Amino acid sequence: MSQTLYDKLMSAHIVHDQDGASLIYIDRQLIHEVTSPQAFEGLTVAGRKVWRNKSNLAVPDHNVPTTERSSGVSSITDPISRLQVETLDKNCKTFEINEIQMNDIRQGIVHVIGPEQGATLPGMSIVCGDSHTTTHGALGALAFGIGTSEVEHVLATGCLWQNKAKNMKIEVNGQLASDVSAKDLALYVIGKIGTAGGTGFAIEFCGSTIRDMSIEGRMTLCNMSIEAGAKVGIVAVDDKTISYVKGRPFSPVGENWNSAVKYWKTLHSDADSSFDESILIDASLIKPQVTWGTSPEMVVDINGSTPDPKLEKDEVKAESIRNALKYIHLKPNTLMSSVAIDKVFIGSCTNSRIEDLRIAASIAKGKKIAHNIKLALVVPGSGLVKKQAEDEGLDKIFKDAGFEWREPGCSMCLAMNADKLEAGERCASTSNRNFEGRQGQGSFTHLVSPAIAAASAIAGHFSGIKS
Amino acid sequence: MKKFTSLSSIATPLDRANIDTDAIIPKQFLKSIKKSGFGPNLFDEWRYLDHGEPGMDNSKRPINPDFVLNNPKYSEAQILLTRRNFGCGSSREHAPWALEDFGFRAIIAPSFADIFYNNCFKNGILPVVLSSEIVDSLFEYTGNIVIDLHDQSVKTDTHSFEFDVDPERKRRLINGLDDIGLTLQYEDQIRLFETEHFKKHPWL
Repeated sequence: MSQTLYDKLMSAHIVHDQDGASLIYIDRQLIHEVTSPQAFEGLTVAGRKVWRNKSNLAVPDHNVPTTERSSGVSSITDPISRLQVETLDKNCKTFEINEIQMNDIRQGIVHVIGPEQGATLPGMSIVCGDSHTTTHGALGALAFGIGTSEVEHVLATGCLWQNKAKNMKIEVNGQLASDVSAKDLALYVIGKIGTAGGTGFAIEFCGSTIRDMSIEGRMTLCNMSIEAGAKVGIVAVDDKTISYVKGRPFSPVGENWNSAVKYWKTLHSDADSSFDESILIDASLIKPQVTWGTSPEMVVDINGSTPDPKLEKDEVKAESIRNALKYIHLKPNTLMSSVAIDKVFIGSCTNSRIEDLRIAASIAKGKKIAHNIKLALVVPGSGLVKKQAEDEGLDKIFKDAGFEWREPGCSMCLAMNADKLEAGERCASTSNRNFEGRQGQGSFTHLVSPAIAAASAIAGHFSGIKS
Repeated sequence: MKKFTSLSSIATPLDRANIDTDAIIPKQFLKSIKKSGFGPNLFDEWRYLDHGEPGMDNSKRPINPDFVLNNPKYSEAQILLTRRNFGCGSSREHAPWALEDFGFRAIIAPSFADIFYNNCFKNGILPVVLSSEIVDSLFEYTGNIVIDLHDQSVKTDTHSFEFDVDPERKRRLINGLDDIGLTLQYEDQIRLFETEHFKKHPWL
């Protein structure tokens, strides 16, 4: 019987079926400091062991400072944040789990280092106590975020109970304009289907645009599929996937490599497989995007304006628009390009990979950030991305333009560390969530691509790319 | 895990769609390494007028009188009534921990985000999905609501509505079963699967 990629990935991991739920085997669990302490405590209290230490890989990312931190964990000034990172170190030592510690050059955001280390491989089932685990689907893996109870469950049993999701196909054909990236496509899709449009679905992205897209771009797209509410976002394995994976520290070698590649090449939906829902998108119609409100679905073209709640017929939606505009201090029908910004953040598990930094640097090159920009941050996704960027001279381009060049971590995406917005500050951010208070209480987040973030930093307001 | 069988309570009406887990429990409280004590910071940014940080004496903070959770009328409510896509965003289980710690044991909404929905069952909270029309009518209703998980019903003084729940989740919640203990009953099967799986995929 023909199967979708999601169906294939699920059936390859089913240990046991019961009443419509499946016990599935987990090949890889990625762990960070925020959602794991209570899971380890649970194991300790119950006197349980880790099922298979080798399946787990840990890294601190949410709480780490992005400024000078050569003195290690003691350079985290907030004692509660420091305790959380120390607790991860301690738990990994006690339970014998491989951890990439804060000052290791391989450290970075968990969703950047997984693929970078080859700890994410096609066909794997991957979980992490973090919703953006959908990122790893870009490599043809079955990857999704879980809660802390499930982190503990996977640690103890190597498995997880799952109800099968429905299949959704998002087929994107045609060429993206030169100023349009995977981030714009992701925001455009969310704008179309809404933040609950993918709820209960596994989304497979396919079509010529996706085939032409780099692995980094696919990761951005799959990363954002949780913002559409989807269980997973996946892309079929192709030659790009295989060459991306080759030679990474955790990747197979020799005979194992050959058998892995043979298997990975089967990881695509069968030609006649059926989807519960299909959406067709013409890539050539997409413009650079910017969010105007407090949900990723509240998005317009960079040349667009905020909506007018009076024109919305659905009362719940109209109320959401009014709430969002009130919170974010914008009036209806405001041209986004007229809105001044205070800060710029280029980073996060969505957009902190080398390709993102290259694009932003190409726009910042030889220019200066506008006088009204109080802070423009560039935070590489990992120590290795940082090194690569420095080898290419990107750090110098950013610094010359007035950006700050930081150490890797989640940084201002969620303000659990020292990088945050003050109340009333407006930020052009390459991160993934513009919820109220996400980057700091009372602050205003507008989601954009790295190119638009850089162009807006230079203009001082939201701006497209000047040719 | 805490059991859930039935519940009789008024509902706190939180009339907003797409409430995300960042709103349910803001990120600064995620630095805790404990599972308890999140209740006082549930909906922190809406509930208080100042900026909350871990370790503050919440009883001394200025409260937002316009926020529904601060209305004394609902101080005993164990049911939260809200709009579609509740719990979207971050996977943080701190969200159900905070709701449970505050005193909510059931949430009624037209839809929930997946990860949040799942996390509720791990913490003795019953998320109930009812149609938008029924939820609209419950927003108009101020009396007691009885939720019964056995017969999957939500009853007001005048109406009774049925809801769907996965049978396995229902069984676990009614009996307060330990998920890990149950899964470990399949230990031999997992070992067997693992051996075959690694034989087929030796690179893992």
